[in-house]
Amino acid sequence: MTTRIDTRFAALKAEGRPALVTFVMAGDPGYEASLDILKALPAAGADVIEIGMPFSDPMADGPPIQASGLRALKAGQTLKKTLQIVSDFRKTDNETPLVLMGYYNPVYVYGVDKFLTEALKAGADGLIVVDLPPEEDAELCLPALEAGLNFIRLATPTTDDKRLPRVLENTSGFVYYVSVTGITGSATPDFDEVGRAVARIKRHTDLPVAVGFGVKTAQHAAAVARGADAVVVGSALVEAVRKSLDNEDRATEKTVKAVTDLVAELSAGARSARAVAAE
Amino acid sequence: MTIKPNSFRSGPDEDGRFGIYGGRFVAETLMPNILALEQAYAEARNDPAYQAEMDGHLTHYVGRPSPLYFAERLTEHFGGAKIYLKREELNHTGSHKVNNVLGQILLARRMGKPRIIAETGAGSHGVATATLCARFGLKCVVYMGAVDVARQASNVFRMKMLGAEVIPVESGTKTLKDALNEALRDWVSNVSDTFYCIGTVAGPHPYPAMVRDFQSIIGNETRTQMQELEGRLPDSLLACVGGGSNAMGLFHPFLDDPTVEIYGVEASGHGLDKLHAASINGGRPGILHGNRTYILMNDDGQIEEGHSISAGLDYPGVGPEHSWLADTGRATYLTATDDEAVEAFQLLSKLEGIIPALESAHALAKLKELAPHKPKDHLMVVNLSGRGDKDVPQVAELLGGKL
Repeated sequence: MTTRIDTRFAALKAEGRPALVTFVMAGDPGYEASLDILKALPAAGADVIEIGMPFSDPMADGPPIQASGLRALKAGQTLKKTLQIVSDFRKTDNETPLVLMGYYNPVYVYGVDKFLTEALKAGADGLIVVDLPPEEDAELCLPALEAGLNFIRLATPTTDDKRLPRVLENTSGFVYYVSVTGITGSATPDFDEVGRAVARIKRHTDLPVAVGFGVKTAQHAAAVARGADAVVVGSALVEAVRKSLDNEDRATEKTVKAVTDLVAELSAGARSARAVAAE
Repeated sequence: MTIKPNSFRSGPDEDGRFGIYGGRFVAETLMPNILALEQAYAEARNDPAYQAEMDGHLTHYVGRPSPLYFAERLTEHFGGAKIYLKREELNHTGSHKVNNVLGQILLARRMGKPRIIAETGAGSHGVATATLCARFGLKCVVYMGAVDVARQASNVFRMKMLGAEVIPVESGTKTLKDALNEALRDWVSNVSDTFYCIGTVAGPHPYPAMVRDFQSIIGNETRTQMQELEGRLPDSLLACVGGGSNAMGLFHPFLDDPTVEIYGVEASGHGLDKLHAASINGGRPGILHGNRTYILMNDDGQIEEGHSISAGLDYPGVGPEHSWLADTGRATYLTATDDEAVEAFQLLSKLEGIIPALESAHALAKLKELAPHKPKDHLMVVNLSGRGDKDVPQVAELLGGKL
């Protein structure tokens, strides 16, 4: 089985360029505006898109992503509509890999089999479900792999060499390295340490390694991309969305551009890392 | 039909499951901590020195055993079952919460963790945690929903007096569930030096089993005391259920005694068809705060806020072992409304001179349905999980001139 994620990472590897993975919340600030943002991401420089599935109680996320999820829910977003947004995106883009990211409860309540069938049909390529560690693989990870979706796992600074093989065992697509011991959007990580961690993970797997949590600027992206295969940016993008909204949290004419401008900067930052490294 | 197990006391299994409930639904950052906690607890519970240290503090600091008190006038009032009250409200800090906190704090000391975090709703668990942190010289941070901070001001002040830092949680609905989210976020960010002291039989494995074990002293004492007083086991047990730690503590030692009827009482707030906090009676299975259990949520799987007059019961989930006991039929889960709880609060105060916590009043509220129909030799035990001093301002305001 080869997904769009595998294909994209193989192409980037051949190009010698790191990937920019962008996270935005489905339905924030509303369905249409969110779809507009998603559609604009690839041209701005996003190589892989993570689409957040909003959840009322996101226990691993910091204030920006919590607020983004609540805006989406308030605007009427549901898991069903998130699958719909994937399918709407696919009407005009059949190449950009899409990863659905969120928490298990909405998926569990929707029904695992129904969710997997519909996610595949809509055109999703992978899943990141934060509160499903390897100990709970039978819940969703194994059925997802069976169905033909990538299951992307988070590895963290607390995942030691003894545990890493367990974390990597059923991981596919790429490995998401959480650069800080903390929640999304936290303090800037120590990039030298991140580099060593990425090297450590690469000793255990041939999968591409993406690094996220705390990456906010082009400089951060460049620092991460020196060693990693991909840079993940989320909180900074949903903050760009928030800052562009009107007083009633509705999209303005600035919203899409606020996101794409930042994505373009980050993309340039990530690309510059390899240019420098190659010199 | 759910298959009946050989024993109701053997759970959880090695994956932390009670039937389909429980488990370890947490972010990877926390997994190494949770596995380390599981191992440390397994070692501690087999160490006689740990148990001996705990027993010493339970006797001399907490004031155990708590009495099993024959409520003579309450019994006369209902004219049926002989009603006993397990007096957990007489413990140091005024509720059963201290039993669990003591066990976890001693474990944190064994694990060399200098910083303790906790979530609290009404403040009882926060106060118990702040108390034991003061006693053992540990740094204490308590997360409390901003809404609860406002309505439980005296407990907030108590915690601060005891040296704890109380952080009002402004995210989400600003109540207990959000305090739990925020405590988990803190733990994710401070894994190396921090011990998360969870206040109820919920959260990821091993918390539901560990907290249950610490609270089981309630049921174990009840068993011994009833043997001494009446020469036999009780016939029925009654306790309120929010997260369900006081109930699990009373129930667990009796689960394999089939003659003992077991009743949990959930808070049905304004009514089961309105705002309530009855996860088993009004929710369905889902995943929240690290475990699968009955949860209050909407059709999209978004968690809904629980409502109860009692801040200690308005949690939108329940301990996973209760969910399993409900499905297997070993325990029966009833509900009591805000009004019923306030009525029982007044009744116990007037008839026995004991002001119960509004949480415990939910259990007392079902006496009117259960006690009158039982024969006079039926021995019924109600867990009086906390004292009502903290609730007096709230009830006074509610009753206005009638108080």
